[in-house]
Amino acid sequence: MPYQLIDTGSSRSFPAAHALLDGGSAAGDVVILIGADAGSALNDVTDRASRAAILVELRTESLGTHTGESRGTEGSNVLGFARFRLGDGAPSDLVELVRQPATPDSAIAAAKAVLEGAGLKVAVCGDFAGRIIDRLVRPYYNASLRRLDEQLATADDLDLTLKLGLGYPEGPIGLLERTGLAHHYDVTAALFETIGTPDYAPARRAVVAKRRAEKGLT
Amino acid sequence: MSSIKTVGVAGAGTMGAGIAIVAARAGFRTILYDTRQDTLDRARRQTEGFFAKSVQRGKLTAEAVETILGNLVGTTDIASMAECDMVIEAIFEDLKVKHGLFSDLNAVCPPHTIFASNTSTLSITEIAGGSGRPERVVGMHFCLPAQLMKLIEMSPGLTTAPEVFDAAWTFAEALGQRPVKTKDNPGFILNYFLVPFNNDAIRMVEAGVAEPADIDRAIKAGLGYPMGPLELLDLVGLDTQLLLCEALHGVTNDPRAACPPLVKRMIAANHLGRKSGRGFYNYDKDAMFGG
Ligand SMILES: NC(=O)c1ccc[n+]([C@@H]2O[C@H](COP(=O)([O-])OP(=O)(O)OC[C@H]3O[C@@H](n4cnc5c(N)ncnc54)[C@H](O)[C@@H]3O)[C@@H](O)[C@H]2O)c1
Repeated sequence: MPYQLIDTGSSRSFPAAHALLDGGSAAGDVVILIGADAGSALNDVTDRASRAAILVELRTESLGTHTGESRGTEGSNVLGFARFRLGDGAPSDLVELVRQPATPDSAIAAAKAVLEGAGLKVAVCGDFAGRIIDRLVRPYYNASLRRLDEQLATADDLDLTLKLGLGYPEGPIGLLERTGLAHHYDVTAALFETIGTPDYAPARRAVVAKRRAEKGLT
Repeated sequence: MSSIKTVGVAGAGTMGAGIAIVAARAGFRTILYDTRQDTLDRARRQTEGFFAKSVQRGKLTAEAVETILGNLVGTTDIASMAECDMVIEAIFEDLKVKHGLFSDLNAVCPPHTIFASNTSTLSITEIAGGSGRPERVVGMHFCLPAQLMKLIEMSPGLTTAPEVFDAAWTFAEALGQRPVKTKDNPGFILNYFLVPFNNDAIRMVEAGVAEPADIDRAIKAGLGYPMGPLELLDLVGLDTQLLLCEALHGVTNDPRAACPPLVKRMIAANHLGRKSGRGFYNYDKDAMFGG
């Protein structure tokens, strides 16, 4: 399916060359808006109603921020998406595709076809704070950081236990250090604003990393 | 070097049978004790099957397996445990039952014998308190399946003598396992993180954030985990998850450890996971054997 790609610059999902970027054309039934201003560019899409699907790249915000919402009946051919990526780490192959309650199945199918055609894996989710992965892992990361403070085990042993015991490719402490604790702060603080339970509150070590990053320290 | 020569394993169920394989394979004389002969017989059949595969795969020679199996004996007589330098218990997860076993073993075993518990959720200090030798009790939490997984979470209780912990640690290494040191905390490391994590995934299904298959796909493709949380829960069993939640939440009061209501509804509907043919996914029970 031919798709039109509109790049507003500084995409978090696609910071480097990718088949999805290479395959875009000037016109198409599906429109993909990427970059930091993808949501604002929605207004520039012509013939919006006649498109099979319009995909808007999201960061931590809800899709509703760009489409508007009403009484839980919202939903159109506009979908949100983000390629999952932890902080400074490379983006994964997983795209979270965000729908609203009344999003037509045909729009989801058209979006999936384009994304999967570019070699990406797609998980569909509702327009919830943190979508799937961040919503699930941020409390776990915060708990790991807190338990490190409480000396449940050394950082190495915490990581090793989760790798050997559950087959995770990386333990939480090493992973957060590699991808940036200050980034974890940003994501979990955004979720905490919406969800409000203590498990999303940034752990002390993430607060320290964020404050130091603000001062240009590492 | 470990001064331990003879190892006792109490409980020949899922974990005990695997732990006995680990001990015997590492060259220890191993006595597997259970109150039920049929359980011992099943463990023996499983063990022989396991080692037959090890030979087929070229991991062990037939002679080595013969020696290992000759060193591994089963018994329903607790008096046979008198020879053991170390006893690892893997019986029911119940403090009173574990106290009963350890006080019987305390009467049978020599004073130097170390008692280890494979408990997943109980306190090592509380188990030690009813053992008759609280300074010689340590936590040694193996992972399922014990015969394949290298990790042992090791925890001293408040009363454990440091030299006993050190001796158990050396023994764990002599088993060819990878010990990690943790505290006598509910769930140690693995279950402390895993049980609430899995509950969070269940609550996402409850809240309609995404379908189970989408959640699992996201976690596997996004983070490289070998299994998604809902697939894993189907394997563990929803009834087991309930028990783990009750044990952990009962001591920690952590809201994330509280059992999500959906689990109880699924248990009521007999959607226990793979073992009942349906959990978050449907399993065609005859898929492998049907014609
Ligand atoms: N199954 C797991 O995934 C897992 C993982 C790690 C730790 N554990 C822990 O290991 C222990 C055993 O779990 P399991 O899943 O192997 O249980 P299981 O039910 O498969 O086996 C328990 C065995 O203990 C025997 N038994 C009970 N009381 C006894 C007694 N007084 N003396 C001798 N034998 C007795 C039973 O006959 C049974 O064969 C529990 O403490 C559990 O928390 C389980």
